Amino acid sequence: MSPEVGHYSLILALTLALIQSVVPIVGARRNDAALMAVGTSTSLAQFAFALVAFGVLTVAYVASDFSVANVVENSHSLKPLLYKITGVWGNHEGSMLLWVLILALFGALVALFGANLPATLRANVLGVQAWIATAFYLFILGTSNPFLRIAPPPPEGQDLNPVLQDIGLAVHPPLLYLGYVGFSISFSFAVAALIEGRIDAAWARWVRPWTLVAWMFLTLGIAMGSYWAYYELGWGGWWFWDPVENASLMPWIAGTALLHSAVVMEKRSALKIWTLLLAILTFSLSLLGTFLVRSGVLTSVHSFATDPLRGVFILAILAVFIGGSLALYAWRAPALKQGGLFAPVSREGALVLNNLFLTTACATVFVGTLYPLALEALTGDKISVGAPFFNLTFGPLFVMLLVAVPFGPLLAWKRGDVLGAMQRLMAAGLAGLLGIAAAFAWTWGGPVLAPFGIGLAVFVIVGAFTDLAERSGFPRVGAGVAVRRLAGLPRSALGTAVAHAGLGVTLLGIVAETTWSSEQIVALKAGERVAIAGYELKLDGVVDRQGPNYREQVARFSVRRGGDEIGELAPSRRSFAARQTSTTEAALMTRGVSQLYASLGDSAPDGAIAVRIYHKPLVLLIWLGAVVMVCGGLLSLSDRRLRVGAPRPAKAAAMAQRAQAAE
Amino acid sequence: MTRKQRRLALIGGALAVLALAVALVLNALRDSIVFFTTPSEVAERQIKPGQRFRLGGLVETGSVKRGGQLVVAFSVTDGKASMPVNYRGILPDLFREGQGVITEGVLEANGMFRADTVLARHDETYMPKEVADALKKQGHWKDDYDKAAKGAKGAAVQGSMKDGKKQ
Repeated sequence: MSPEVGHYSLILALTLALIQSVVPIVGARRNDAALMAVGTSTSLAQFAFALVAFGVLTVAYVASDFSVANVVENSHSLKPLLYKITGVWGNHEGSMLLWVLILALFGALVALFGANLPATLRANVLGVQAWIATAFYLFILGTSNPFLRIAPPPPEGQDLNPVLQDIGLAVHPPLLYLGYVGFSISFSFAVAALIEGRIDAAWARWVRPWTLVAWMFLTLGIAMGSYWAYYELGWGGWWFWDPVENASLMPWIAGTALLHSAVVMEKRSALKIWTLLLAILTFSLSLLGTFLVRSGVLTSVHSFATDPLRGVFILAILAVFIGGSLALYAWRAPALKQGGLFAPVSREGALVLNNLFLTTACATVFVGTLYPLALEALTGDKISVGAPFFNLTFGPLFVMLLVAVPFGPLLAWKRGDVLGAMQRLMAAGLAGLLGIAAAFAWTWGGPVLAPFGIGLAVFVIVGAFTDLAERSGFPRVGAGVAVRRLAGLPRSALGTAVAHAGLGVTLLGIVAETTWSSEQIVALKAGERVAIAGYELKLDGVVDRQGPNYREQVARFSVRRGGDEIGELAPSRRSFAARQTSTTEAALMTRGVSQLYASLGDSAPDGAIAVRIYHKPLVLLIWLGAVVMVCGGLLSLSDRRLRVGAPRPAKAAAMAQRAQAAE
Repeated sequence: MTRKQRRLALIGGALAVLALAVALVLNALRDSIVFFTTPSEVAERQIKPGQRFRLGGLVETGSVKRGGQLVVAFSVTDGKASMPVNYRGILPDLFREGQGVITEGVLEANGMFRADTVLARHDETYMPKEVADALKKQGHWKDDYDKAAKGAKGAAVQGSMKDGKKQ
């Protein structure tokens, strides 16, 4: 199949997006059902053509069609099939194609599943979605076209960066994009509401499932990226505060704040301003992240070698969408009606506090990420801002937030009782104190702050389930009755408890790994041993192997604990001929939720091989906690209320509302 | 509490959290920023021993000496000056003589730089951006750094053609 089919498909998708940008919005304004319905059909067709374009590029990679420049630069005929496919998005042009595909996918999903939305809102949402799509189709076709051809085709490709030839990396970008780009829907909903001049509790209910889905995927994407870095980069670290990592963390933080804000809006019609601004902010941060990664202003293992034109184009997109939406907000804000009142100490108040802390934490990450860029642009000094900065700023803010997290669900709406909440959290507090005591006892003489971290994590976990215990009446009534009551609770209550507990689990893993991990860096010859954290590793020998497109040097270690042999570790180094580079493959042994980690370095001239060995206690909890959070999200998503639409307003009432908003 | 008092309470709370965040950020910016310097700038900026910073440049060809127990000594140069570096540990995969490198550590009283991290996060063309910019500023930039890299890739492509199989 000629790659030109894909090229043409992309252009057709652009044309459809252009139509979709104008017609449904005009239709919504005139209340013309036929024009509004155009939005639905163009969404589905646009998705179909974007899918064809993506499919054609994938086929070109799989067939190793070297007439396509993108395939030449990033693939090789000897590459295993899986990595040929994942190589499609392992480069700039292909990943942008994936970006617009997911954008089109979400638009199509709203078209398909948005039947319970009012027609005007759906038309406006699809219209705004099409604006974004148009901008990015133009970007791709103008500066990052994956379908450019080379004539005559070279005999072989240049291969994919070996570091990227890994299953974890196959999965990481799609998950991340489903998250990033999913927030475009919240943005579209916000801008559509501003265009209509109407925003209310029903709107918040419609926005929530889409935001939740995007948030869940972003959580998984970030966790996957972190786990990949952990086992692939060979240094045992899982978060480096790299600008590109921060670029994915910031939308996550803002998205979390948005989720919570939407909850308040749905229940009490309050916090409209917060919710709107957060919806705009979250997607703006996604766009900013795209800019940071692809414009070449940052040096990172993630950044693709790019040309300045792309950076300028994305900056223009950023300016138009962020500036435009904020201007629209400023224009329409006076038309927003005041929502429900609440006391400062109440669930709304707690969620406002939550929003405050999350947004300031997001701002500190923003400052830390962009300060080096700004300073370099202004003074020419090159500095680096790393973990120490973020530990001093992001850390304390998040810790304070975590202390407040168990209180939130226990406070009543409108007017809450803090003392009552504290009483109900006594069991959780006690558990936290026990955690601190246990941690101190176990690690006497170690760092002082860590046991408090453990205590906090335990407090958050037990506190999260306190709300469920309260609602089911657990200690008072029997277990059977309690379980039945729990099953009858709205799923979002269960989701909240599970997601907050997941947060505590991640914190537990983070504190344990950062404080109590042990490290040994030694040069070993065959037969020599090294001891770490109660384990003993003996180097049995080093062998050479041949892989599909690399040569591999494997070191075999036998692991003993207390004299008994418990297993083997086999870290290796791979040399890729095509790119003249090598990668290290770390070996992991999982013991419960802790891990033993071994990674190779160079061989010394005397035959000794350098090896790095870590013991990482409770490290798997970091990513397990993220998975638990996503499970909480799933539970929440299955809530019946989110599947039942709001009743259509009577025609007269709708006309009156529109007249009021237009004043 | 009247509505006005409530609004003031909320705004006050918001400002308090913001002030806290700003204080944390300013404090952190003062303490934890690490400057990037090349060997000739170390003398210019009069960096005192004991101060932590990042040293970047090219690994001087012929200067890498490996001792026992993973101790490595090498020199970092930017064409005008060079600085000896001492490092104990495993070097990253992309570390090579004549290639760009960034190390982070402390300057010792005897003029040696004791590195505790050697950084490997380069882009695809193996030259850290800071090092490239610094070298360009010094006039020590050879345009064929890029061409040499591409040439190596080209040669590798042809070499693998002979034993490669098209699937």
